[in-house]
Amino acid sequence: MGDKKPIANDEWMVEVKGIGKSFGNIHDLRGIDLKVRKGEFLIIIGPNGAGKTTLIKILSTLVKPTSGEGRIVGFDLREEEEDLRRNIGMLSHYTFLYENLTAYENLKFYGRLYEVKNIEEKIRRVIEEVGLETRLHDTVRTFSRGMKQRLSAARSIIHDPSLLLLDEPYTGLDQWSQKRFKNILKRFHSKGKTIIMTTHNLPSSLELGDRVIILSSGKISHEQEMTRMDLEELEKLYPQSRQRVKI
Amino acid sequence: MMLLKRVWLIVWKDLVLELRTKEILSSMFVFTLLVVVIFSFAFQGEKTDVQRLSSGILWVAFTFAGVLGLSRSFIFEKDEHCLEGLLLSPVDRGSIYLGKMLANFIFMVIVEAIIFPIFAVFFDFDILYLIPKLIPVFLLSTLGFASVGTILSAISVNTKTREVMLPILLFPVAVPVVISAVRSTANILHGGSLAEIASWLKLLIVFDTIFLVVSFLSFDFVVEE
Repeated sequence: MGDKKPIANDEWMVEVKGIGKSFGNIHDLRGIDLKVRKGEFLIIIGPNGAGKTTLIKILSTLVKPTSGEGRIVGFDLREEEEDLRRNIGMLSHYTFLYENLTAYENLKFYGRLYEVKNIEEKIRRVIEEVGLETRLHDTVRTFSRGMKQRLSAARSIIHDPSLLLLDEPYTGLDQWSQKRFKNILKRFHSKGKTIIMTTHNLPSSLELGDRVIILSSGKISHEQEMTRMDLEELEKLYPQSRQRVKI
Repeated sequence: MMLLKRVWLIVWKDLVLELRTKEILSSMFVFTLLVVVIFSFAFQGEKTDVQRLSSGILWVAFTFAGVLGLSRSFIFEKDEHCLEGLLLSPVDRGSIYLGKMLANFIFMVIVEAIIFPIFAVFFDFDILYLIPKLIPVFLLSTLGFASVGTILSAISVNTKTREVMLPILLFPVAVPVVISAVRSTANILHGGSLAEIASWLKLLIVFDTIFLVVSFLSFDFVVEE
């Protein structure tokens, strides 16, 4: 794994300030301040176009912010991108999997990119974790959408990241696959890992999350601990943020 | 050392994908073969006249087939947003470029190695005498074409008219490679020596070096959203 050690911070896994992103005259994110505790499961909800995906892409270093700074997993967001990437996993509604490679070949390819040690053992462990051990040597194009997403989950944790970023991971999954996928996330979270997830799935947000933030027009419009919230309240807050976008 | 390992990993992945699908090599091979066959029948006449045009015909076939291969190169990465998966990994983005470029180079060289003997039969050249002299010309020209083509393929893959956009962007930039390749090949086919084409080879080396370095360094900006 990486040679460089992160700057020790016992409390915060993500600490960013004033994050903004503009594409020409369009301001996708406007001064996001965000702190996420180690081991926390943070849910980000908001209407389409609120900036959820852009925020996740910035946190994963896929997109460079126009303004702002911060540290993620102890590494500087702008200056230490490679070290940062080594310590995060990302899962979106796109699987990042090569359809004509087998599950094993995909995991081995990504594992080697991340310089994972004991790769065979690691592949065995993550494929069991997602319940696809019987399909390990089948090409991904023969998988159902749910199986691809589970394999993508295995891909995203093959290097044992400290922080997992999820961008609408439930898209296209049926009820059974959602349940199975939720269990994978619960197991990962129970190991003390930090998760940030954007989603439109409110019941799942309540079940999994420790805290929710609502993004609206590129800003955080609401923030609350999940323990003090029920589905009714969450549903009330959700349309409100949509209302703000219309204005 | 780690850079080479990562580059090879990406090359390996592209080679395995191509072995499974055969999308790139089959289209390149069929296209090149058709060009050689059509021109060999179209220019039937005095042997010397046909042979004078032959190097141009050969490189028209190779470069257009190269465009076919290059345009497919990043489509594999576009499906399921696999390029994002690569960009998320802790590798230097230049090494992603080098891996993709080497895979494209290998595909082009494979097609050239298969097609040239067929071309030699159709246009009546002594293949055993020519091949040792043509190897440096083919390798340097193909490397130059693949190095500039790969970065332009990465740019054009995000455009709606990517199949049209790539040749429009590529050929003006690759003019020095195409001219050097055609002139050098013509010279060798007509009995010239490597010493006689030294200046063309030097031009190819300079072009290859510049575009490899510039593309390696600028790939990060090309793939940035």
